[in-house]
Amino acid sequence: MTYAQSVINGDRLALARLLTQVENNAPDGRTALIELFPYTGKAHLIGVTGAPGTGKSSLVNQLALHYRKAEDKRIAIVAVDPSSPFTGGAVLGDRVRMRDLTGDANVFIRSMASRGSLGGLAQSTANMAQVFDAAGFDIIIIETVGAGQSEVDVARLAHTTLVVEAPGLGDDIQAIKAGILEIADILVVNKADRPGVENTEKALKSMLDLAHPTERVFQHHGSTMRVAAPAQPASSAPMWIPPILRTVSTEGKGIVELAEAIARHVVHLRQSGDWAVRERARLEVELDALVRESLMNRFKESVPQEMVEDVLEKVVQRNISPWEAVKILMKEK
Amino acid sequence: MTEKKIRVLVAKPGLDGHDRGAKVVARALRDAGMEVIYTGLRQTPEMIAEAALQEDVDVVGLSVLSGAHMALAPRIMELLKMNGQTKVKVFIGGIIPDEDLHRLKEMGVTGVYGPGASTEDIIRDVRSAMAG
Repeated sequence: MTYAQSVINGDRLALARLLTQVENNAPDGRTALIELFPYTGKAHLIGVTGAPGTGKSSLVNQLALHYRKAEDKRIAIVAVDPSSPFTGGAVLGDRVRMRDLTGDANVFIRSMASRGSLGGLAQSTANMAQVFDAAGFDIIIIETVGAGQSEVDVARLAHTTLVVEAPGLGDDIQAIKAGILEIADILVVNKADRPGVENTEKALKSMLDLAHPTERVFQHHGSTMRVAAPAQPASSAPMWIPPILRTVSTEGKGIVELAEAIARHVVHLRQSGDWAVRERARLEVELDALVRESLMNRFKESVPQEMVEDVLEKVVQRNISPWEAVKILMKEK
Repeated sequence: MTEKKIRVLVAKPGLDGHDRGAKVVARALRDAGMEVIYTGLRQTPEMIAEAALQEDVDVVGLSVLSGAHMALAPRIMELLKMNGQTKVKVFIGGIIPDEDLHRLKEMGVTGVYGPGASTEDIIRDVRSAMAG
């Protein structure tokens, strides 16, 4: 029996081993992915990202518990932690916060090191999510450290992206910095029992108001004037404005509300057609990455390494520019 | 990309709360380029075997300072086998009396380390167990 068949039949050891093959981009993994692809496309992918220490793992733990108890869904969790850029090693500690989930055969947690490869993280995470999808998991939660482009890319894989903040991590300037907040479908202020929660919430809200104005407020010589914001471009579907939710994941507070917001987002995605748009965008990115990899392999096969070294040496000696070097290597001359 | 990383589960079975040793070893293995999954304190043998399965690890490192190693280690080895993880190497660190050392090795434990063991020795032994 192939890996793929065993995985579909619910063999957990085969699933774990296949995930390793896929993560290592091994030939066996690729073969299985091809076989599994027709079974994918059913699961709901939830991305969870945010700065270190905001309580992402504890939140994922609570959310998964909720889905198990209230909705009896099968849950897979991919928890990504950083690899050392110097040694390539990693300590993956997300399971420490997820001990409530052990012993439940319908929860599968897999830790993953980022391995620091250029763009490769998003690819291998996507492939692992596909394996879980084919294995029949209803909800796949992908947890990443929100620090950098590759993590943003990972969050983009998801149908619903949660960005987790916590009080006391930075002022309102942090909130208007570009990047991570813009990808949020739902903003979570975790550790909401801590002082400063109002400020964090306010900063997030003002950032959202700039992105999704409902009215414009003018201050003129001390008097305030309000006018309705110009109508948003007419579209058949209502726009999704990310809600801001408070949670205390160590106590499980706010988790039901969070699950409800996620459910509303799914309804929105289905009704607006965004689900299909996101699926398409994701598959496009995946195809793009595979084409790139394949072209790179073809290049490596057709151009001998000595030639590359040779040309590189000329560039180092400033005899030719890198742009000319590319032309020579691509035989465009 | 296709290079195989050594994946290690570092776990503390049983009821003692002293995790310094486990964390030092986890860090040393990380610095040796391995991927270490740390599970935290007070794990049951079932929890450890389940984590080892889900994470598809090559090595399980157990830290026991409570004296319960002769009860915990055989149970964990048995569960690993039941799950089909027959190739996983098990290492134990902690307060292990000499007379238990041989019995643990007979059971199939690959390495046993007491107080004063060096992290270099552990790294070397893990690597050679993987190579062999």
